[in-house]
Amino acid sequence: MPRNYLLKGATNLTGNTVDVLIEDGRITSKPSKAVEHEVIDCAGLRVLPGFVDLHTHLREPGFEQSETVASGSRSAAAGGFTAIHAMANTFPVADTAGVVEQVARLGEDTGLVFVQPIGAVTVGLKGEQLAELGAMAQSKARVRIFSDDGYCVHDPALMRRALEYVKAFDGVIAQHAQEPRLTVNAQMNEGALSAKLGLAGWPAVAEEAIISRDLMLTELTSSRLHVCHVSTAGSVELIRQAKLRGVKVSAEVTPHHLLLTEDLAESYDPLYKVNPPLRKLSDVEALRSGLIDGTIDVIATDHAPHPKEAKDTDWASAAFGMVGLEAAYSIAQQVLIDSGSSSFERLAEVLSTNAAQISGLSDQATYLRVGEKANLTLVDPNLKISVAPKTHSMSENNPYSGRDFKGGVVHTIYDGEFSYRNRNIVERSAI
Amino acid sequence: MKHLLSATDFTHDEAVAMLDLAEDMAEVNDREVKKLPTLRGKTVVNLFFEDSTRTRISFELAAKRLSADVINFAAKGSSLSKGESLKDTAQTLEAMGADAIVIRHSSSGSAFRLAHTDWVDSSIINAGDGSHEHPTQALLDAMTIRQSFGKNVRGKDLKGVKVLIVGDIAHSRVARSNLILLKTLGAEVHVCGPATLTPGSLVGTQQVHYLLDEALREVAPDVVMMLRVQQERMSASFFPTEREYSRVWGLNKSRLLTVNPTTIVLHPGPMNRGLEIDAASADSKNSRVLDQVKNGVSVRMAVLYSLLSGEKNNA
Repeated sequence: MPRNYLLKGATNLTGNTVDVLIEDGRITSKPSKAVEHEVIDCAGLRVLPGFVDLHTHLREPGFEQSETVASGSRSAAAGGFTAIHAMANTFPVADTAGVVEQVARLGEDTGLVFVQPIGAVTVGLKGEQLAELGAMAQSKARVRIFSDDGYCVHDPALMRRALEYVKAFDGVIAQHAQEPRLTVNAQMNEGALSAKLGLAGWPAVAEEAIISRDLMLTELTSSRLHVCHVSTAGSVELIRQAKLRGVKVSAEVTPHHLLLTEDLAESYDPLYKVNPPLRKLSDVEALRSGLIDGTIDVIATDHAPHPKEAKDTDWASAAFGMVGLEAAYSIAQQVLIDSGSSSFERLAEVLSTNAAQISGLSDQATYLRVGEKANLTLVDPNLKISVAPKTHSMSENNPYSGRDFKGGVVHTIYDGEFSYRNRNIVERSAI
Repeated sequence: MKHLLSATDFTHDEAVAMLDLAEDMAEVNDREVKKLPTLRGKTVVNLFFEDSTRTRISFELAAKRLSADVINFAAKGSSLSKGESLKDTAQTLEAMGADAIVIRHSSSGSAFRLAHTDWVDSSIINAGDGSHEHPTQALLDAMTIRQSFGKNVRGKDLKGVKVLIVGDIAHSRVARSNLILLKTLGAEVHVCGPATLTPGSLVGTQQVHYLLDEALREVAPDVVMMLRVQQERMSASFFPTEREYSRVWGLNKSRLLTVNPTTIVLHPGPMNRGLEIDAASADSKNSRVLDQVKNGVSVRMAVLYSLLSGEKNNA
């Protein structure tokens, strides 16, 4: 039974103090006389549209030792997310209607966040043959974003066909831009540091070459392209130019590429091993500028949990990836707000509105619009957080462990009900 | 010092002192009874995830001459994945009482990892990690270069010595450690090799030469260090053929005639005779290859002694 809430004295996106009424799961303008509202004191909190992550590895089915849909949902709720996009690189791969529907159902069962599956572009992520994109689009999971993330759709003919094919259902191809021949056995950003450390380099050009090609193919096919985890200054510039000439491209940046740099690899601690790799400070600065000026549309976490044994090894043997759902907001605040370079309006765009639009999620990012489902996140911009390795994720490959953040999520309201309240998960079974 | 992981572990004075200690050890090696009781009761484990008979034997001999117990563990071909076996194997060996682990591994940073995790407490000696470093090789090379000055070399560094390293710099741990240590000791280091294998960031572009004939002429090196060519580089298109490599970057009789007669030739071994070095050069009076092998035992004795004798807990 949905409850009714009055969020009292919150600060909205434009800085005004507002009272937010939620009745029967929806935003309302006037309180109904017949119902009682639980009053939540929101003084000092910013009310934001619930965050939408375009890039989450939930690992289920197949890799439940790293994460499950349930544990990933908890981590998402704690990070202020009301919708996440489950990447397709599970086992079996999410390349059929059956698998994407299963993932969506697991999300509904947990009920803490809307779980939108992403479908694979090619069968088994092998880059050889198109998966049944139409069947996934028309399934109950209503897939709109397709990605072989983890692998690049490197065959240009296949990429062209995929871009053309998804136009039928307003789909978008989310490309993991990595030229495979230029990154054989690559371990970290290529440059003076990789040379010094003796780790095989992952050159910026391997990302930029694929993005260049894909932008041309997107123009040719008048389709939609989304570029996953942009990591280099050169990529930002390519996307900026393409947008100027009207190419329908969107791009994401991860929290870690906005904050961390390659020199962390000097520890040889695989906690900092990620794909694409951490880059130079000049790349971080270009990514931040791109995020602020609109070249980059969204912050997407690329939350990539791994069990301890996958990181408790030498660098080359270790898995790529780091968790990120619960750090995303604090990093966004640091980059956009605390830096003095942008605004909460922009923060709401990059953490919520733009992602919802790219994926066509009509129930998300409606913010305080009367009559819509309440999907909201309340943050305290002054909250001090000392990051522990353990988050709500099952995995502890947390590169922010030991850092101090300013600003954090206090409440998350998903579908009219708290999923996270006073920094504690509210299980659906407890309601 | 608790570990030896990188040539960067040495300051100038520490490097000179280590070379002096190695000279002391060399005197032991020339005695009738080639043995010191210093490390009696200590256990040294040679943990080799890659084949390297020479380096392993050199460490083994060094430990034995200091009276340590030595265990050789060749982990190559083990059914475990490399990562699992690194942590588990090191812990297993330490549980058996290892005081020092000499590690050779194909993964860059593996020695650093062993030393900086809580996996084991032993002293870690890097005997070659991937494309990263091989610090005892640099020590033995420096010792060999210093000996070319003549007698009474104790206390001296390598100031003003011009060294040319030739070959696959990009993938060479020998080159990396030498670039660091030789510069620490005051030498002027140049590299030469195909542009695909000579990253300028390691040395500075002024010190990179693409053609050997030019490099020999322009640098007029006191030391020419030839690196071993790995066959797999050819299949990955770093250079076209062995023939072409040998023609442009191989050290041969005619090239040797163009260098100063006192110039010495080094090679970390094993040599591909006829590829990066021809037989005439390898066996010439300029060659110090066998001195390098001999000095290898001395520097490894010096390193083991420094890490494992009384001063162990100073780290």
